[in-house]
Amino acid sequence: MTPKQDQLTGAKRFKTPKTRRDFLGLAAAWSAVVALAMAMLGAMRLPMPSVFPESNSRVKLGTPERYAVGTKQYFPKHRLWLFRDEAGFHAISATCTHLGCIAVRNDDGTFHCPCHGSKFDAIGNVEGGPAPKALVWVQLTVSPEGWLVADTFKEVKQGTVLVV
Amino acid sequence: MADTQVESPKKQEQVGGRGIGDDGALREFGSNLVQTPGRFRDSMIRHGTPTSSRTRSQAIFTNFFLHILPTRTHVHAIKAMTTLGLGVATFVLFLLLCITGILLMVYYKPSVDQAYGSMLDIMHVVPTGRLMRNVHRWSAHAMVFCVILHMARAFYTAAYKGRRQFNWVIGMSLFVMTLALSFTGYLLPWDQLAFWAVTIGANIAQSPQELTDVLGITSWFDVGRMQKELLLGAHHVGQEALIRFYVLHVMVLPIVTSVLIAVHFWRIRKDGGLVRPRSADEVPADHATPPAKSPPGKAVSPVTSAPLKTYGLMGLMHGKTPAVNRELRNTISTWPNVLYVIGAVSMVTVLAMLVLGMFFDAPLREMANPAVPENPAKAPWYFLGLQELVSYSAFMGGVGIPAIVVIGLALVPYLDREKEDTGIWFSGAQGRRVALWSVGFAVVVVVGMLWFTVSVGWLRDWESTAHVPQIVITIFNPGTVFVVVFALWSLFIVKRTNSTRMGAIGLFTCFLVGFAILTYFATVHRGPNWDFFWSESDWPVH
Repeated sequence: MTPKQDQLTGAKRFKTPKTRRDFLGLAAAWSAVVALAMAMLGAMRLPMPSVFPESNSRVKLGTPERYAVGTKQYFPKHRLWLFRDEAGFHAISATCTHLGCIAVRNDDGTFHCPCHGSKFDAIGNVEGGPAPKALVWVQLTVSPEGWLVADTFKEVKQGTVLVV
Repeated sequence: MADTQVESPKKQEQVGGRGIGDDGALREFGSNLVQTPGRFRDSMIRHGTPTSSRTRSQAIFTNFFLHILPTRTHVHAIKAMTTLGLGVATFVLFLLLCITGILLMVYYKPSVDQAYGSMLDIMHVVPTGRLMRNVHRWSAHAMVFCVILHMARAFYTAAYKGRRQFNWVIGMSLFVMTLALSFTGYLLPWDQLAFWAVTIGANIAQSPQELTDVLGITSWFDVGRMQKELLLGAHHVGQEALIRFYVLHVMVLPIVTSVLIAVHFWRIRKDGGLVRPRSADEVPADHATPPAKSPPGKAVSPVTSAPLKTYGLMGLMHGKTPAVNRELRNTISTWPNVLYVIGAVSMVTVLAMLVLGMFFDAPLREMANPAVPENPAKAPWYFLGLQELVSYSAFMGGVGIPAIVVIGLALVPYLDREKEDTGIWFSGAQGRRVALWSVGFAVVVVVGMLWFTVSVGWLRDWESTAHVPQIVITIFNPGTVFVVVFALWSLFIVKRTNSTRMGAIGLFTCFLVGFAILTYFATVHRGPNWDFFWSESDWPVH
């Protein structure tokens, strides 16, 4: 193509403002752009929820006496495994850390996820597959009336146990 | 007050002046009534029967719906091999989706308690409901397919160059919009597949945590969590997510897509019409104009190609050189030639969708159950290639690589600025060779990597590297290996052929082949637990 066409098709860039009027005009235009952008940002705050429909994440699991030492129980509704051993109680979320499927606990105590083949050991550490981090240990407490309560949104460090 | 008192007797006089019994007005009314159909037509269609060049031009540019077309079109534009009709087919599918979609909205209820029931109603009770849903589903699949083919056509005929650069970018955003429309529509039936495919999708939106966790900034800048919450309005897929996907699917995305389509079409006109090879503008010997008189010492090259500027409304020409009897060379009247072509492509497209919809039902699984994952939970076919990549690393497969691919493709026109050989498939014999070599290369690389991943494994499957940190897997996995190897291949071609266009052909071919093989592989060879199976009949029974 000829240089002339390049001139036509190539960018005709804005020249830098030389006069005060140019500057004021640009300032006004940019003020309007920034104001609109901020208004849009403000409007986009609406779809960011501040209260979640499942905000009440605390689940009562009954009195601790219901679970003998050696218990391994699954709560399908809360996707939660509850364990009691000599050390105390702990709970592991079965939600796979890869893409949110439900990990299945095998008979030997390890977990595997059916969606993309992630594997976890008995305390949730990643053993294979694409999962980026260990299964979440969920906070357990005892309520004033003496019930075991799991907060499915609260994560505790792996190895934390609740002694009753 | 005073004025009206003065005026009113005059009016009475005028009316009375015609005399009672003289039925001129009444007669006029009658003749108006008789002529109304003709006059109504004339007021609506402001030109005569399109039989002459002038009225044919007017038929195009006085019609709101047709004036997006030029009054005269280059003959090259309606040759089958120029576009294969893919752009028109895609647009017709979009219209078909709008029509069937609006009809489905009449009965569909975006509520977790009622959505599945209304799907059953549409399938079994609503008159023609099953056909409409089937056509909607098939058109959605076909639209994705046509968009990809249309992109390939535009790429291989080098229609992204010069003035058409930006329209390629618009096209890329339309590609993304098409995928977004499909993805949001996927949740609405509220069956098992919908629920679990969208759960996976929402967690892909959350996957930037893979990166922020490594950087240790997740606690105060958790962009993954923000994206997921914005998409779902909750922590799990539920009522909030359903209504959000519904709003996006029936309102936000169709409007954005329509606007982008309008810009896309408008830019075709403004960027000089459909791409054509320079040879399409060669002057037939008998039409050649004598060389223009030029002042001595100043060489003026005769104009040998059709002007870049599109024709004005009437098919008149702008320019500096006199171009009598030359400006419309190689063009034909849009009415009716181009309209016939558009009509034929539209008919074939609609017919294909109707036939598919008549004989093949869109699937509907059992109702969504958040307690039991679908195994395997496969996304629609066009996302299965990504799902394969996601099974290596959620962030890279779901966010990183798609972003690199889309941005990379959008930038191609700005990196490959060679202007020769536009409008020619593969830009000629060398491009065909490069494309063939690239097909072979990509097949070897992708099949080889898949074989390696399935039979040998990847980092975590080996003793010595079983506990490498996540960041290593995020950065170094089969998906990222594809991207790097393909980028190196295309740079190698640029060096070898000394042409950025050839490098671009190599890169795009690798992308297409990779997409096709990964899609095929995940569709056919992945089963429960995302394990490898030769066919679905080998899947374990459970």
